[in-house]
Amino acid sequence: MRDLFAVLRLGRPMTWRLLLAVAAGVGAAGAAIGLAATSAWLISKAAQQPVMLTLLAAVTAVRAFGIGRGVLRYAERLAAHDAAFRVLGELRGTVYARLVRLAPAGLAELRTGDLVARLVGDVDGLADLWLRVALPYASALAVVAGAAVLVGWFVPGVAVVLLVSVAVTAFVAPLAAGLTSRGAEARLAPARGALAATALDVLRAAPELLAAGVVDRALVPLRASGARLAAAERGTALGAGAGSLVAGISAGASVLASLVIGILAVRDGSLDGVALAVVALTPIAVHEVVAPLAPSARLLPALAASAHRVMELLHRPEPVTEPAPTAATVIPDGPLGLRIQDLEVRYPATAATPATPATPATPATTPAALGPVTLDIPAGARLVVTGRSGAGKSTLAAACLRFVDPAAGAIHLTSGGTVPSAAALSDIPSDEVRRVIGLCEQDPHIFDATLADNLRLARPGAPDPALHAALAAAGLADWVTTLPDGLATQVGDHGARLSGGQRQRLALARALLADVRILVLDEPTEHLDEPTARAFVADLPAATDGRTILVLTHRPELFDGPAWTHGPELRKPA
Amino acid sequence: MAQAWLLARAISGAYLGGEGLSELAPVLGGLGFVLLARPVLAWVGDIAAHRVSATVKARLREDLLAAAVRMGPRWAAETPSSSVVLLATRGLDALDGFYGRYLPQAVLAVLVPLAVIVCLGFVDGVAAITVALTVPLVPVFMVLVGRMSAAHRARRWALLGRLARRFGDVVAGLTTLRIFGAAEAQVGVLRRITDTYRSTTMATLRVAFLSALVLELLATISVALVAVGIGLRLAVGELTLDVGLFALVLAPEAYLPLRRLGAEFHASEEGVTAAAEAFAIIEAHPSVGGAEAGRPMPMPKPMPARIRALVIDGVSVSQPGRGVLAPAGASLVLRPGEVVAVTGPSGCGKSTLLGVILGLVEPSVGRVLLEAGATSGGAADADAVGADGVDVRELDAEAWRGAVAWVPQAPYLLPGTVAENVRLGARTPVADADVVVALDAAGLGEDAGVGPSREVGEGGRGLSGGERRRVGVARALVRRAPLLLLDEPTAGLDAAAEAAVTRAIRSAADAGAMVLLVAHRPGAIAGADRCVEIRWAEVAP
Repeated sequence: MRDLFAVLRLGRPMTWRLLLAVAAGVGAAGAAIGLAATSAWLISKAAQQPVMLTLLAAVTAVRAFGIGRGVLRYAERLAAHDAAFRVLGELRGTVYARLVRLAPAGLAELRTGDLVARLVGDVDGLADLWLRVALPYASALAVVAGAAVLVGWFVPGVAVVLLVSVAVTAFVAPLAAGLTSRGAEARLAPARGALAATALDVLRAAPELLAAGVVDRALVPLRASGARLAAAERGTALGAGAGSLVAGISAGASVLASLVIGILAVRDGSLDGVALAVVALTPIAVHEVVAPLAPSARLLPALAASAHRVMELLHRPEPVTEPAPTAATVIPDGPLGLRIQDLEVRYPATAATPATPATPATPATTPAALGPVTLDIPAGARLVVTGRSGAGKSTLAAACLRFVDPAAGAIHLTSGGTVPSAAALSDIPSDEVRRVIGLCEQDPHIFDATLADNLRLARPGAPDPALHAALAAAGLADWVTTLPDGLATQVGDHGARLSGGQRQRLALARALLADVRILVLDEPTEHLDEPTARAFVADLPAATDGRTILVLTHRPELFDGPAWTHGPELRKPA
Repeated sequence: MAQAWLLARAISGAYLGGEGLSELAPVLGGLGFVLLARPVLAWVGDIAAHRVSATVKARLREDLLAAAVRMGPRWAAETPSSSVVLLATRGLDALDGFYGRYLPQAVLAVLVPLAVIVCLGFVDGVAAITVALTVPLVPVFMVLVGRMSAAHRARRWALLGRLARRFGDVVAGLTTLRIFGAAEAQVGVLRRITDTYRSTTMATLRVAFLSALVLELLATISVALVAVGIGLRLAVGELTLDVGLFALVLAPEAYLPLRRLGAEFHASEEGVTAAAEAFAIIEAHPSVGGAEAGRPMPMPKPMPARIRALVIDGVSVSQPGRGVLAPAGASLVLRPGEVVAVTGPSGCGKSTLLGVILGLVEPSVGRVLLEAGATSGGAADADAVGADGVDVRELDAEAWRGAVAWVPQAPYLLPGTVAENVRLGARTPVADADVVVALDAAGLGEDAGVGPSREVGEGGRGLSGGERRRVGVARALVRRAPLLLLDEPTAGLDAAAEAAVTRAIRSAADAGAMVLLVAHRPGAIAGADRCVEIRWAEVAP
């Protein structure tokens, strides 16, 4: 629920648009009730066979209300949708901006499919919070108050009946629905997210599964999460029924009670007979207005679950502690080196159960992923660090890029200028660190765009010759010339239209293009054939043009020659 | 309807006849009963509609995803998996509107107006005619507006797909974006996409809601016509009050289901669009092996009991959008007990060649043949090779794939334990001991920190690239297949692990398997009996 209010508060910048929607909604519902009341009065009055003129005003009112209802409803729906979509666009932007701060260490246990489901599905679903809950409730309650005053003016008892029955429809009916479906709504969104994540997994593995002839077996977990979603959906069906049952009974009872009270009032002379029809028919119109509220309120648990999934991302702690803006250290000019002292890294425990307000996520102690490591890379040096699989090569790279904070020890930027100085990485904002330290990941992401788009990520606005030079340095020059579209070639989803080696080299070219002073290369010769790998290593000093290089590899023998110094071997932490 | 009649009777009785509660008791009792019966019936209807919808959706979802998995790698390369997932979740959810609200409403929309007109006809002919003349206008307008909104809807759905794709791509590449400090720039891009999405959606909605507006106005004006007509006739004394009230309460009921139908129209249409797209994928599911539609499928030939050789005979594959053949005219012969390394520059089609053997990729030219019979050995055999082979595409596809074990460049690990991932390779249950043996052979196991019970995350998170590849090797080894296809099995491995994997490959070959491996590294090539270099070529203009 707290999350729902948090989402509602996001609507503040749109206040006037939202109010406009409510106003139109009040007008539309008011017109509907006015239509029923005036037509009832019109006919009752007409039965007394009065002079025509007394009826004319009512006839005009009936027409005005009739047209007003349609037009105002149209305006309400447009205004409400527009406002809701605007708020959600903002929310999506905010969530993404948060993801940017969290990636990669803060999101480690989340699957990509789940993240996308939160960013697209859950955020989109939250539109209903405005469209079907907040705005309709606001306008319906305002209209009900008005209608209660109207009938209360004739017979106060009917107003009481009306208010009670509306309260039952709007608040008790959803409650009954919730009790009947036993939280099935709340299970919907997580079930959908799990299905999306599983489906994405199986689809990515599809060629292998197909080749191994085990598609049917791999579909078992997919079927299971599909069945969980369907079970939750069926659970909501019971609730939906119970809700409409309660709402229907309360509407019926209010009509009957209003009628009885009205008749009694006519008998004891406190109500003019002409108004009896108004008193008896207005509740029907009012209930027509509030009837949609019960199914809407049923959405609340599902919406709360969606809101929680979205808000949980916003509330995650940042994996890296940024220095206070005033205390931030300025990076020295000129060539930079890296000094790593007794560095140890531990990842926060993966949150198997999401953090709740009662039990905040405490970073449990996990085994060390790296360390302790001590390295010194002077400015302009090219250091090769060897490590077996699992020794923490990628973790060391993440620490150098300040994606994770050290658990112990420190990394310093060293400057070989006239006055040698050292700046602790943890005193520099992490974005600033990545301005001077670059990385070519072991498993780089290739975006579904053109070759040029993928390259320009590293240096926006780089001219074509610079792109070609980077590709040439990564050994892709010949290949690019065979492409009919050249740099404008689309590479496909996750670079699907490239071979493994081409993907790796494209990523290298991208890293070379980046304007950084220290470059960390995580397994750069992976997927390269022997001659290409040797040529690449030979070209690297020239291609990186005097930059400080840290190579993490399990194949140190490739990096021989005077250009390279070799550091200690990384060992798996005990 | 009974409700309307009783209500009218009660009001007019009390108002004009001066009757008291006791005289009206039967009427009020009847009214109470009717008012109660109505929600109970609605309840039953609601539950039924929701359940049908949930069942249909579950079925469609399953079929859709199963079909998408079977589509093969070429289709997968062109269709981002995130859009398939979007279709399976959000897209099909829109069917709720169709089954839960639209269908029942459509039935009501036919029955209720008819019933109302008949009832009105009994008491007040003029009102009945008014209603009868105006009700048919409603569907006419609905069809007109529906046509208009169809194009908008298609555009909106395409845009939503693009949005999901873009988000998926950006989220998957967040780390890469951060490395280059480009992640913040994407905020603006995503906001722009969201904005376009909003304005497109609003355009769709303006049209969709217009249909509701038209219906609402039509209904309202018609009701007003009825009401005013009744009023005037009451005033001149042509009608009694109870008839007038009855007509007044009943007339809107004739339009209500139609109005609701209009309101549900756009929600249901979205579901129908999504369902149509899902059906397109389900029905496009190619007969496995990528056979062209329309080509007659001859009876699949049985797998030979013994294999003498696998012959790759001049296989070329044209690469879409690149204007090259890769591989171009690849030929080689592979016999049981042999380890053959395929080498060649990046992008020359080594992995594609494995795809052709697997039947995942259709060769442009050439074929892959399987020679039946005992291995007699001797060079004299070489001449006979190719003469009596069976094209693997003509084999029973399931049986052929059962005979092949493939380790792709980046084996995809599903979330679960290492043992589960290894077992995924075999079609029959595998004993725990065999899993341990396979892991050991691949240089993994408890000693290396990757025991059978080790948990792995999505896409193998938690394991290094080299460890993932070795799990893939272990997965292939438990298959005990006569043909092993390995795509750079030793990439990312240190010398010790590489030696272990090379040993495992050799012992598989010694046990009689044919092994084809794609290799870059001298270590892996050294372990092979022979090397075959393949090349790519530009397509002759």
